[in-house]
Amino acid sequence: MEIELLSSREEDTIHVGRALGNILEPGDVVALTGDLGAGKTAFCKGVGEALGIPSGRIVSPSFTIVTEHRGRLPLSHIDVYRLSSEEEALDIGLDEIVSGKRVCLVEWAEKIRILLPNDCIRITFHILSGEMRRLSVEARDDPRFGTFLSRVKHLIPGD
Amino acid sequence: MRVLGIESSCDDTAAAVYDSSKGLLANVISSQVPVHSLYGGVVPELASREHIRHVVPVVERALSDADSGREVIDGVAVTAGPGLIGSLLVGLCFAKSLAYSWEKPLYGADHLEAHIFSIFLERAVEFPYLALLVSGGHTSLFRVSGWDGVSFLGGTLDDAGGEAFDKAAKFLGLGYPGGAAIDRIAQRGDPGRFSFPRAWLGPDSSDFSFSGLKTSLRVLLSTPEGKGGRIEDIAASFQEAVVDVLVRKTLEAARREGILRVVLAGGVAANSRLRSKIEEEGDTAGIAVYLPSKALCTDNAAMVALLGERRMSAGRVCGLDLNAYAASRFSR
Repeated sequence: MEIELLSSREEDTIHVGRALGNILEPGDVVALTGDLGAGKTAFCKGVGEALGIPSGRIVSPSFTIVTEHRGRLPLSHIDVYRLSSEEEALDIGLDEIVSGKRVCLVEWAEKIRILLPNDCIRITFHILSGEMRRLSVEARDDPRFGTFLSRVKHLIPGD
Repeated sequence: MRVLGIESSCDDTAAAVYDSSKGLLANVISSQVPVHSLYGGVVPELASREHIRHVVPVVERALSDADSGREVIDGVAVTAGPGLIGSLLVGLCFAKSLAYSWEKPLYGADHLEAHIFSIFLERAVEFPYLALLVSGGHTSLFRVSGWDGVSFLGGTLDDAGGEAFDKAAKFLGLGYPGGAAIDRIAQRGDPGRFSFPRAWLGPDSSDFSFSGLKTSLRVLLSTPEGKGGRIEDIAASFQEAVVDVLVRKTLEAARREGILRVVLAGGVAANSRLRSKIEEEGDTAGIAVYLPSKALCTDNAAMVALLGERRMSAGRVCGLDLNAYAASRFSR
C-alpha cells in the first residue's frame, strides 16, 4: 500500500492516527518521519485513542525517549530525537522493544532505520504551509488496510 | 536517620546522603566524577551502559564526601520511576543489592514526588502548597497536602515546557538541548518584539499545551520579518510566551485550590525569567513563591535521599521485589 493523504488541520492528522490505530496488531511498528511540528505526536494521540488509551496520556516522549501505555494492545511510544546514533539506541535496548509483541510508534524513525523491521508501516509528514500537511503512508499489502483506506478516503487528494 | 539516595532515571547517575538532623551531607552527579578516563574513550552520555560505569564511583564518592561508611547508613532510597526502564534498573538493582547485603531498609522513590519535595532540602514550607514541576520531560501541577498527600491537578497535553525551549533553541541554531542558551540570549532581547500564541485551554484548565508554539516559531522564521529579526528578540518573545502561560496557570490553579503557597521544581525552574516573573506576580496576588536554588532544580539524588528519609522514618519501606516503572503514576 502506498498512498498520500492531505491533512488541513491537526484534527485530520489525529483522525489518520485513529484510523490506523483501529487496525494495528501486536508487534506492528509504525515509523514516523517529519520535521519538528509536522504532526507526529498528534498522529500518535489518534493511535492511542483507537487503542483505548485515555486522551491526554499520549504526550511527547522526546525527553524520556520511551513511554509505555496499556490499552487494547500494549503500546510503546518512542521518540529518538535526542539520540545521536544507532549505537545509542542499542545501548538503551530499543532493538528489543521494536522486535517485541507491543505496538511501537517511533518518532524520528529515520535516525534508527537499520533497527526497524523491514515490514514496518512508514509514514512521512511533509509540512506544506501553515497547518497543511501531506502524509505519505507506505506499508506491505495486507487486507486489513482496506478498513484503514475506507476511513481516510476523504483525505486522499482529488478524491 | 541517615539515607543514601541513588538516581538513574535519565541521563545522569547521581548519589547523595541525607541525614535527618544534619541535612544534606553529600550530593554527587556523574558529570562531576571522572570515570571516562578510567575506562578509556568517550562514550555516549545517554545509556544504561553509562549508568553501569558510573554507579559505583558515584556512590563511593557520595559516601566519602559524607564521611559515612555502611555502618552509619540507616537506609537506601532509589528512584523506581518514571523514566527509561534500562536506566532505572541500573540504579534500582544496585540499591537493592546494597540494601540486601548491608541489611538496611529500602525505599523506591517516585522521581516526580522527589522533585515536588526538593524545596525541603533548603527550607521548610507549610502544607498545603501548589507545586509546578516543569522540566524537559514534565510540566505538571500538583496539590501537596503533606508528605503523603500529592494529587495531580493537570499537565501538558503535548510537549513539556523545557522541551519547548529545547526545540526552539534547535530552530534558532542554538543546538539541542538549548533551554539554558535561550535564557541567556533572551536577557538581551525585547520580549514584546514578536507575538507568540498562548494556549490557555479554557479558564479553569490546569493543563498545558506547548506544541503550537513550535509551529508559530517555524512560521515566523520563514517570513521576512522573522528572518530579519534579532535572535535575542525572538528568543525573548518566545520565552515570554512559555513563562506567561506557566506563571498565570500556576497562580490561577493556586487561587482555585485556595492555596497561598507555590513551590517550583524541575530544570525549567532554573530559568531566570520564570523565577523573576512568578515572584513578581505571586507578590501582587498575595501568594508566597518558593524557589529551590538552581542546582536543586535539575535531576539529583539529594531529593531522592530526602524523600526516602521522610518515608522510611514514617515506616514506609519497600521489599526486595521492588520494580522499576516507566510511566508516571500521576496522570489523568
